[in-house]
Amino acid sequence: MFAIINNLKKPLIESLIAVLIGFLGGAILMVAFGYDPILAYSALLRGSVLSIDGILESLANAVPLMLTGLTFAIGVRSGYFNVGAEGQAYMGAIGAVIIGSAISLPPGIHLVIATLFAMLLGALWSLPVSALKAWRGVHEVVSTIMLNWIALFLVRYLIEYHYYEPGRAERALPALQTARYDVLGASLTSIIYVTIGFTLFTYFLLWRSTIGYELRLTGSNPEAARYVGVSSVKVIFLNFFIGGLAAGLAGASQVLGRPPAWTIYKTLGNVINLGFNGIGVALVGRNNPVGIIFSAIFLGILSYGARFMQYQGIDPDLTVAINGIIVVSLSLPELYTLIKRFVAGGR
Amino acid sequence: MKKFRRLRSFMIGAPLLVIVLYVLGFLGIEPIHLLETSFMAMTPLILAAIGETLNERSGIVNIGLEGIFLVTSVTGVYLAEVTGNGIGGIILGGALIGALIGFFFGLISTYGRAAQVIAGMGLNLIGLGLVPFLMMAFWAFPGIHIFDPDLRIKTIDIIMGDHVFRLSPITLFAVICVILVDALLYRTLLGIRIQAAGEKPEALDVAGFNVNLTRLLASTICGGLTGIGGAFMPLGWFGGLVKEITAGRGFIALAATVFSGLDPVLAAISSFIFGFSEGLAFTFMVTPGVKEAIPYYFVNMIPYIVTILALAFIGSKRFPKALGKPYIRE
Repeated sequence: MFAIINNLKKPLIESLIAVLIGFLGGAILMVAFGYDPILAYSALLRGSVLSIDGILESLANAVPLMLTGLTFAIGVRSGYFNVGAEGQAYMGAIGAVIIGSAISLPPGIHLVIATLFAMLLGALWSLPVSALKAWRGVHEVVSTIMLNWIALFLVRYLIEYHYYEPGRAERALPALQTARYDVLGASLTSIIYVTIGFTLFTYFLLWRSTIGYELRLTGSNPEAARYVGVSSVKVIFLNFFIGGLAAGLAGASQVLGRPPAWTIYKTLGNVINLGFNGIGVALVGRNNPVGIIFSAIFLGILSYGARFMQYQGIDPDLTVAINGIIVVSLSLPELYTLIKRFVAGGR
Repeated sequence: MKKFRRLRSFMIGAPLLVIVLYVLGFLGIEPIHLLETSFMAMTPLILAAIGETLNERSGIVNIGLEGIFLVTSVTGVYLAEVTGNGIGGIILGGALIGALIGFFFGLISTYGRAAQVIAGMGLNLIGLGLVPFLMMAFWAFPGIHIFDPDLRIKTIDIIMGDHVFRLSPITLFAVICVILVDALLYRTLLGIRIQAAGEKPEALDVAGFNVNLTRLLASTICGGLTGIGGAFMPLGWFGGLVKEITAGRGFIALAATVFSGLDPVLAAISSFIFGFSEGLAFTFMVTPGVKEAIPYYFVNMIPYIVTILALAFIGSKRFPKALGKPYIRE
C-alpha cells in the first residue's frame, strides 16, 4: 500500500505543480492586461463548484474532455503523438446527427445505433493517419492536423447542405427524443456513465490484456516489441482506431447527451478545441485512464467556470492558454527535481 | 547530391507549373491572379519553413510554429497600431515577439531538457487560447478586428499587359532570407556548427563549442522568421484579423520542412507548392462557373489534401541523428 502511495506521489505532485504554474501564468497575463486575477479566479470557482448546477455543468463539460484525453493517452502509451481527436470529434458529432437526428428508429435501439455510428465515424477518420504512418512513414502530427481541417470543412458542408435545421440554418438538426440520453440534472446526461465505462474499458484493455501489453511495450520500448514479434502495423492501426472511437464518442456526447441544444452549430462552437484540450487532460492525468477521469473533471470545472470571467471582460478561451502553459510545464521531465531543489534552496 | 536534387526540382517543377497554368487558363482561371495569391500564401510558409529547417538541423524540433503564427498575428497588428506603421508591426510584433517565443522554446528544449513535441503542442495551445484573450484585451471585441488600411504593407505593383501583379515586399524579403539561410547553413562556420549540433553534438562539444547555445540561437532565429510570417498574414495579406487567421499554416510549413528533407531551397520550393494549392483554392472561390459548381467547403480543403498527398508521395526522409534529443554531457 505504501509502495503504491509512494509511486503515485511524484506524478501527483508534478501534475499539481504544473497546474499551479498554469494558474500563475494565467494570473500574470491578467495582471499584464489590467484585469484582476483574484476577482476572475474567484468568479470562476464560484460559478463552477459552489452551486449544484455549477458542479453538474462542470461534469457535463468533463465528459467529452475525458474521451479526447483518452485518445491522446492511448497514443502516447503506444508511442504515437495523436492530435487527431479534434477532427474525429467533429466527425463523431455529425455521425450522431446523421443517425440520431435524421433517421427515425425505435426507442432504445436508436440511441445505441446513433452512439455506435458516431464512434465508428470518428474511428474511420483515423484510418488515413494509420495507413500513412504504417506504410509511408508520414508523421502523425501533420497528417492528423490536416485531417482535422478537412473534417471541419466537411462537417460544415454537411450541415449547410444536408442536415441543417429548417428555420434555424445556423445549426444542424437536433437529436430526436428517441436518441437522447436521460438528463440527470442541469445539462448533465447519462452519457457520463457510458464515458466512464469506456474509460475503464480502456484501462483494462491497456493493463489487463495481451493487446494492451503489446501497445504499451511498443510505446515504452519499440526495439523490444519488434524483437518479440509485435506487429507495428497492428499497433499503429489499433491505437489510432481506439483513439478514434473515444473521440467520436466525445463528439456524439455534444449531440446525443447535451441539452438544451442537442445538436452542433455550423461554427462547431460547442465541439471546437475539445480535442486540443484533451492533450492537457491526458498529461495532467499522467496518460492513465483513471487519472484522466479526475483531470477531465478539473478541466471541466476550469472550462465551465471560464464563462464567469467574462463579467470582468476576460475572454473564456484564456483557459485554453492556461491549459497550454500546463502542457509546457509537464513537458519538462525534471520539473519535480527543479522545484524540490528550489524549495530546499529557499529555506 | 544537394545540387542534383535542387536542379531536378527546378527541371520538373518549372515546366509543370507552366502546363498547369495553361490548362487552368482554359477553365477561365486568371493565371496572374492565381500567381499573385500563391505568392502571398507562400510567404508565411517560406519564413516558417526555413526557420524550422535551421531549427531541426540544430537538433530541435518545434511543432509550435502554428502557436507562434497565432500570437504574432495579433501582436503584429497591435504594435502596428501603436507605432502607426505596418513595418513597425512586422518588426516589433512579428520578428521580436516571435524571436522571444523561439528563445523561450529553445531554452526549455536545451537547458530544460523538455520533451519537445509536447512542449511544441503546448505552445500551440497557448497560441490558440491567447489569440481570443489578446483580441479582447486590445480591442474589447471578440474574434474579429479590422484595422486602418494605411497600416497595410504597400505592395509593389507590376503592370503586366492589362493586369496588375501585386507583389508584397515581405515576399521578396522571404526569398532573400532563403538565400541567406542557405548561405548560413552551408557556407559559414556557424552553419557547420548548427549541423554538428544536430548530427553529432558530442563532437561539437569536444571541439569546444556550446551545443545548447548553438541550438538556442537556431531556435531564436526560427521564432523570429516565423513571427514575421505571422504578422505578415493580417498586415501584408488579408488586411484584417480573425481568430482563425492562421488556419493550420504552421503545420503546413512543418510539412514543407519535412517534404524538403531539411534543405532551405527545397523548403522554399515546397512552400511554393503548398502556397500554390492555397492560391488555387482562393482563385476557385472567385472564378465564375467554378464557384457555383463546387461548394466552397470542398475548395477550402485543397491545401490540406495537397499537403497530405505530398507527404504520402515522398514517404519518410532522413533526419539529423540527435533531432529532438536534449544534449546531456556524459
